[in-house]
Amino acid sequence: MDSLLASIEALLADNTIFTLDTLSYYGEGLTTTVQLVFLSLIVGLIAAVPLAIGRGSKRRWIKMPIFFYTYVFRGTPLLVQLYLIYYGVVFVEGIQDTWLWVLLEKPFFPALVAFSLNTAAYTTEIFHGAIKATPRGEIEAARAYGMRYSLMMRRIVLPSAFRRALPAYGNEVIFMLHASAIASVVTIMDLTGAARFVYARYYAPFDAFLFVAAIYLCLTFAILYLFRYLEKRLLAHLKPASG
Amino acid sequence: MIDLHGYGPRLLEGALVTIELAVLSLILAIGLGLLTASAKMSRNWVAHRLGTLYTTIIRGVPDLVLMMLLFFGGQIGINMVTDWLFDRFGIDIFINVNEFVAGVLTIGLIFGAYMGETFRGAFLAVDSGQIEAGRAYGMSHALVFRRIRFPQMMRHALPGLSNNWMVLLKTTALVSVIGLSDMVRVAAEASKATREPFLFMIIVAVIYLLIASVSEWFFARLQKRYDVGFGGHD
Amino acid sequence: MADTPIPLEVRNIKKRFGNTEVLKGLSLEARKGDVITLIGASGSGKSTFLRCMNLLEQPNEGELFVHGEQIRFKETKHGREPADWNQVVQMRAKLSMVFQSFNLWAHMTLLENVIEAPVHVLKKSKKDAIEHARALLERVGLAERADYYPAQLSGGQQQRGAIARALAMDPEVMLFDEPTSALDPELVGDVLKVMRDLAEEGRTMIVVTHEMAFARDVSSQVIYLHQGQVEEAGPPDQVLGNPSSERLKQFLAPKR
Repeated sequence: MDSLLASIEALLADNTIFTLDTLSYYGEGLTTTVQLVFLSLIVGLIAAVPLAIGRGSKRRWIKMPIFFYTYVFRGTPLLVQLYLIYYGVVFVEGIQDTWLWVLLEKPFFPALVAFSLNTAAYTTEIFHGAIKATPRGEIEAARAYGMRYSLMMRRIVLPSAFRRALPAYGNEVIFMLHASAIASVVTIMDLTGAARFVYARYYAPFDAFLFVAAIYLCLTFAILYLFRYLEKRLLAHLKPASG
Repeated sequence: MIDLHGYGPRLLEGALVTIELAVLSLILAIGLGLLTASAKMSRNWVAHRLGTLYTTIIRGVPDLVLMMLLFFGGQIGINMVTDWLFDRFGIDIFINVNEFVAGVLTIGLIFGAYMGETFRGAFLAVDSGQIEAGRAYGMSHALVFRRIRFPQMMRHALPGLSNNWMVLLKTTALVSVIGLSDMVRVAAEASKATREPFLFMIIVAVIYLLIASVSEWFFARLQKRYDVGFGGHD
Repeated sequence: MADTPIPLEVRNIKKRFGNTEVLKGLSLEARKGDVITLIGASGSGKSTFLRCMNLLEQPNEGELFVHGEQIRFKETKHGREPADWNQVVQMRAKLSMVFQSFNLWAHMTLLENVIEAPVHVLKKSKKDAIEHARALLERVGLAERADYYPAQLSGGQQQRGAIARALAMDPEVMLFDEPTSALDPELVGDVLKVMRDLAEEGRTMIVVTHEMAFARDVSSQVIYLHQGQVEEAGPPDQVLGNPSSERLKQFLAPKR
């Protein structure tokens, strides 16, 4: 490990920008970005399942609030949502004296809330679309075999809807990765935050941003291939038999 | 308009900046998109590769990073060119990157890639017999494009175009980060100064939703126009 | 005949797709008023041959003369191509094609379809074009349908509309590419009737078809193609009435 570090240091000896010091900023930034994106995706995913089922409900009082929520969160910029939550929390009277402030003081938490709410809204609509696209015949077959609504949802509709939603959800994951760059606006040191720091310090926009762009590009491709692999595994049954 | 601690008029100006920025970027993006689509469908190897490289990179990197790269990098790049011009030819010019122009260029460049994909799919969806009939009746390439391919392509492109526009509209919020006074920046300043973030951010959100709703109505009408002869969409 | 140029003449057309030669040197001469029908099994190359005549397919070899004017070609790295696309455009305007799948432009009404090429290619005035188009639609029995979109018409109506569109160009030669093959049997009659009328009034036509009755009654010449070559050609009573080739006999034998 030491020899590896030494060789990297030697490699970087000639340039003034990408020192080990700077690289560690990018490294921490990468960790923050991955944490932020991963956690909001998990929260969003868990929230989206019941929301998507409710979104397709026949009862207006269940359906309408969910529709309103997704409409607002999909129709406005994530940056506005982030500002609303970030500033909104900070300026609440007396909040700085409560125990919550330990969490809220760091911008990470408001960002996580904003991102989770945002991705939950998009994911809800993706799942809702996938549930709606369930072939009628499959539902009729489930009914004909005496399945109740909850059983049918759990055993038939949702498993097939999740698979159908996979390509669109893959896009949503990439979208979230890219959207997370705005975390840097509220002083979070994510990947983009690290790049902005390096830019400000060395006034070297090309080095700072091209490097971070390359990292994002790699992450994007990694997600792309992961989902392609998942699709291949999970959607194989939808392809017409070959040969 | 309501005074809003004196921020009312500025917020309105900011909204106009947002709309102007979005519309101009859209026009640029459509132009670039058509160009990219033809490059990617071209049998010219270089054009094809360039088109693919452009769409891959743009779609793989966050908008904000591209924006900062082009905005901060753009100024330095231009300075380098003007310095070189001075050293070489003694021409002394100074070009200051205008935030608004930079914003339009960046957003246009980003969404040109997305539009390119939309248009490519739409062009491929046009039945080849329709184009062949045009050629068989002695229409030139340009005439076939103008009279047949383009109008028929638009029908397939509109849903994607509308979607791209909605995303583009929201992306304009990012220019507030590079210092443009769009409505998000005005609202952020006002929030800090008045300590009333809910008031200003909700107003901004409502304006975004309003623009989105008007656009939705507009695109639905446009779709109706281009659906003519196809018996509505199914 | 020497004083009027021949509307369409093709000599020694060869066409390859990859390594397969689908047309092995075909020639044809359409004089004024000729109705030439091309028959043959599917895959015999008859449609490809027709599409080579207006260069929707590029022949690898061979010569084309439209109204006595030779089409010029050049060799490029993509193969042989017309040297002057303007010449091709002008040539195509003289050879109207009627397609198997009609190919009426879906975003235009029937009337707009008929006036499109006259206005934009032949640069006729819109007023004249509309007048002419209405007369043609009347003639093919679609006067009432002028403002309908293709999707609102039956297949037979679309094909008759497509014939009106072809006629609006005042073509030297009309090319028909299996015009009735995509139609329901009960709709074929109306289209054939229009085509018979056209033949009677002396239009020069080249028709790829499976309709043997039409070929027998209307053609001045029948060409039977087999694997990209002319197996037998001549007047219909000879080719269809008394074929000499075994293959043609089999082809004409009533199918069970």
